[in-house]
Amino acid sequence: MALLQFTDRGIFCERAGVYLDPWKPVDKAIVSHGHSDHAHWGHKHYLCTQDAMPVIRHRLNLQDNIQTLAYGETLNINGVDFSFHPAGHIPGSAQIRVEHGGEVWVFSGDYKLQHDGISTPFEPVKCNVFITESTFGLPVYKWKPQQEVFDEINAWWRNNQQQGKTSVIAGYTLGKAQRILKNVDASIGRIFTHGAVDSINEVMRQQGFVLPEAPRVTDEFKKPDLQGALIVCPPSALGSPWMRRFLPYSLGVASGWMKLRGTRRRRGADRGFVLSDHADWDDLNLAIRETGASKVFVTHGYAEIFSQWLSSRAIEAYEVKTRFEGELGEIDESAKEEGQV
Amino acid sequence: MKHFTRLFTDLDQTTKTLGKIKALIDYFGKASDQDKLWAIALLSHRRPKRTVNANYLAQWANELSGLPEWLFYESYTVVGDLAETITLVLPSEFEESDFSLTYWIDFIKALEPLEVPEKKEKILWAWGQLNETERFVFNKLITGGFRIGVSQQLMVKALAKFADVKENVVAHRLMGNWSPELDTFSGLLYTTDGTDVSKPYPFYLAYALEDDVHTLGEPHEWIAERKWDGIRGQVIVRSGQLFVWSRGEELVTDKYPEYQEMLKLLPDGTAIDGEILPFKGDLPMAFAALQTRIGRKNLSAKLLKEVPVAFVAYDVLEWQGEDIRTWKFEDRRARLEAICPVNHPVLRLSPAVTFDTWEQLALERERSREFLSEGIMLKRKDSIYRNGRRRGDWWKWKINPFTVDAVMIYAMRGHGRRANLYTDYTFAVWDGDQLVPFTKAYSGLTDEEIREVDRWVKQNTVERFGPVRSVKPELVFEIAFEGINRSSRHKSGIALRFPRMARWRKDKTASEANTLNDLNSLLRFSEAGR
Ligand SMILES: [Zn+2]
Ligand SMILES: [Zn+2]
Repeated sequence: MALLQFTDRGIFCERAGVYLDPWKPVDKAIVSHGHSDHAHWGHKHYLCTQDAMPVIRHRLNLQDNIQTLAYGETLNINGVDFSFHPAGHIPGSAQIRVEHGGEVWVFSGDYKLQHDGISTPFEPVKCNVFITESTFGLPVYKWKPQQEVFDEINAWWRNNQQQGKTSVIAGYTLGKAQRILKNVDASIGRIFTHGAVDSINEVMRQQGFVLPEAPRVTDEFKKPDLQGALIVCPPSALGSPWMRRFLPYSLGVASGWMKLRGTRRRRGADRGFVLSDHADWDDLNLAIRETGASKVFVTHGYAEIFSQWLSSRAIEAYEVKTRFEGELGEIDESAKEEGQV
Repeated sequence: MKHFTRLFTDLDQTTKTLGKIKALIDYFGKASDQDKLWAIALLSHRRPKRTVNANYLAQWANELSGLPEWLFYESYTVVGDLAETITLVLPSEFEESDFSLTYWIDFIKALEPLEVPEKKEKILWAWGQLNETERFVFNKLITGGFRIGVSQQLMVKALAKFADVKENVVAHRLMGNWSPELDTFSGLLYTTDGTDVSKPYPFYLAYALEDDVHTLGEPHEWIAERKWDGIRGQVIVRSGQLFVWSRGEELVTDKYPEYQEMLKLLPDGTAIDGEILPFKGDLPMAFAALQTRIGRKNLSAKLLKEVPVAFVAYDVLEWQGEDIRTWKFEDRRARLEAICPVNHPVLRLSPAVTFDTWEQLALERERSREFLSEGIMLKRKDSIYRNGRRRGDWWKWKINPFTVDAVMIYAMRGHGRRANLYTDYTFAVWDGDQLVPFTKAYSGLTDEEIREVDRWVKQNTVERFGPVRSVKPELVFEIAFEGINRSSRHKSGIALRFPRMARWRKDKTASEANTLNDLNSLLRFSEAGR
C-alpha cells in the first residue's frame, strides 16, 4: 500500500486514516492553507499550522474541532509522522511532510519560492515522493522580482493620483490583498479596502500581522476621501455597482495570469500586474530538483504538460486529477466571500 | 524603439478612447517624423513585407530556450499568439539599446535577400538588444497583426488634434495609396495638391437597430433600401482612370474587370459608394458565389461568366470633382438616380423600398430572404455622409437569423484574449441515433458562461487530440446563423454563414436537439427563396 493515495475525496493516508486537503467531508483533514480549493467545509477534525488557523476558523466558522502545529513540529498518528513546512504561498501556508518507515512523501499544497515580505519563506524538504502543484507549469510563466512589480504599482498609483483618479487594484482576498498592502508604498496616499478584504485583514491583525491602515469603504467616506486613494478589492467586485463611487478610477488586476496579453485584455482592466503567489516555471523546476524526489505527482493547472516535461527530464512523474484550481479558483472564491459580507 | 514600445504599452493598457488618443498624441510629440509615419502605418494594418518566415522565428527561439519542441507548441496553444510565445520563452538577458522604430523596420527589410543562416544570426542579435516588451513589438513587426484596438477613427482624431487639421480632411488623407517609404509626415497631412487620384473617402457605417423601429420617429423622414450581402465598396473615376476600393481599404480594381465599363458610364470626378455583388440576370447570387472569386489570382473566362459581378450603388460622394458628402442624403440620392442607368448589368441603383408606415416596412423586411438580402437599411433623408461607424442617421435593421438547437461535441482552446479557456466549440445535430457535426461557433456567450462551459469541458472530456477535446454530448446551444448553403466539403452536406451561439439551452437535453432533416428543410426553404 502506498503511503499516500489519490482518491475521489482527496489525498489519503490509509495507515493514519487522514486526508490531505480533502474536497469532500471526511473525519480527519490535514489542511495546507486557507484557500477554498484546499480548506473545505464539513470535516469533523481539522489540523493546520498555527499561522493558518485563525483564518481557516473564521472562514469555515469552526469552533474547537481545529488543532494546530508549529512549522517543523511533528504529530504521530498511528505510526505515521506528519509535519508542516513553510510553503511561502500565503501567510500560514504549508507543505505537508508525511513519513513512515523511512519513506518520506511531501505534498506541496500551493507554493512559491519568491519572498513576498509577509509569508514565512518556502523551505525545501528532502523527500522520496513529491506531490507538486503546477498552476503556472509552462515556460511562458516567469516572474519579475517582486520589487519591480511594486515599483510599477506605485508609479501607476502616483500617476492616477496626479490625474485626480482613484486607483482600484483587484487581488484575491486571502494572501494577495495583504501582500499588496504590505509592500505598496503607503506614503503615496490613503488606502481603503473592500469588506471581504477588510474582514481577513482584521483576523490577521489580531494574530499579530502588521498591515498599513486600510479602512473598509463605507458610506461615511465621501468623494474627496476616496479621490487619489488606493482601493484593494477582490476581482469579483469588478463591474459591480459598488465600484461606481470611485469614478473616475483606473483599474489594476494583480495575478500571475496577467502575464499573458490575452488574459490581461479579457479582464478588461487598465493595467495587469504580474504578481503571483505560485511558483513560476523556473522555480517549479528548482523546487522539484531540491527535494531530491525520485517520483513526482503533479496536481493543479498544467499537470499533464508539466508531468510530461518532467518525464522528458528523466524524472518519474505522473499527472493527478484533483479539485485544486490554483489562482482561478482563488479568484472565484472571493466571489463567494463577498456574498457573506 | 522605446517611444513606440511605450505607445504600444499605453494603447494596450487602456480600454478607454480618451486614454488612447492621449497616448497617440504623446507619441506624435516625441517621435521623429519618419517614426510617426511608420507608427500610423503599423496601426492601420500596413506592415513591412515579411522577410523571415514565422516558423523559423519559432524554431530559433525554441533553440535558445532549450525547451523540447512539443513544449513550445503546447505553450503556443495556451498563449494563442506566436510572436508572444516566442517573446515569453526567450532567455531574459539583453543589452540595453535604443534604436529608432525606423531603424528596426529598415533592419527587418534588409533581411530579405539574406540566406537563412545569416537571417538567424541577425535575428538573434536583435533579440539580444531588446527587453521583453520591445522583443514582442519587434516580433510583431515581423509576423504582423498588432490588433491593439486603434480604429481608423481614433487615429484620425488623434492626428487631427496633434496637427491641428480638420478630422474629415485627415480621414480622407489617411485612406488611399500612401506609404511611409514614399511620403513624408507633413506631406501626408498638409499638402493638398491631390497627387493621389485614387484616394477614396472613409466609409460611413451603420449600427444595427436594436430598439423598436418606432423610436426612429416619422417614417417620411427616412429612405429605406434593402441591405445587400456582398462586399462594401467605392468606385472612383478620376483622370480617366477607374479605382475600386473595398471597405478593408484595399484597392481591388483588378479583381472586377467588368467594372471597366464604369469609365463609360461615369464622368470624371465621380465617387460612388455601393456594394460589390454577384448578379445573374436580374437576381443577386449568394455571397458564397462571390467567395469563389475573392481568393483567385487569375480570373478565368469561365468564372467571369459563372459569377458576373455588378456594383449596387448606394450613394454618391464626389460629383464633378467636388466632395458632396455634406449634401443632404435625399439630394445625393437624387443625383445618384440621375447618374445610374436603369438596370445596367454592371452598375445598378439600390432600389428604394417604398413605405408609409413602419408596419408596412416591417412586412417588407419579412420578405428580405426572397431578395437574398439581410434586411433593411434606413437612412435619414437629411443626413450628411459621415465617416466611420456612427449612431443616429443610418441604421441597419436586420432580419432575425435562422436558429437551430445543437449539441456540443468538441471544444478547442481559444486564441489571444481567451488563451486559457475552451471557447471554440463544434456542434452536431441528430441523424437517426448519430450526432453529425455541422458547424463551429465561438462567439455569443458571456464571459461568465464561457468560464462555466470551460470548467464543464475540463470535467467532461472523453478524449484529447492536441488542443481539441471531445466531450460528453450533453450541452445544448441555440445556434443562430444568417444563411445556409450546400457544401460538399462538410460531412453534414451543409455550410452556415456567420454561425454563433445565441444562447445556452440549459433547459434542453441532448435528445431534444434538432435533426439533420430540420437543417435540410431550412436549406430547401432558403433555396426556394432565391
Ligand atoms: Zn492557494
Ligand atoms: Zn491551490
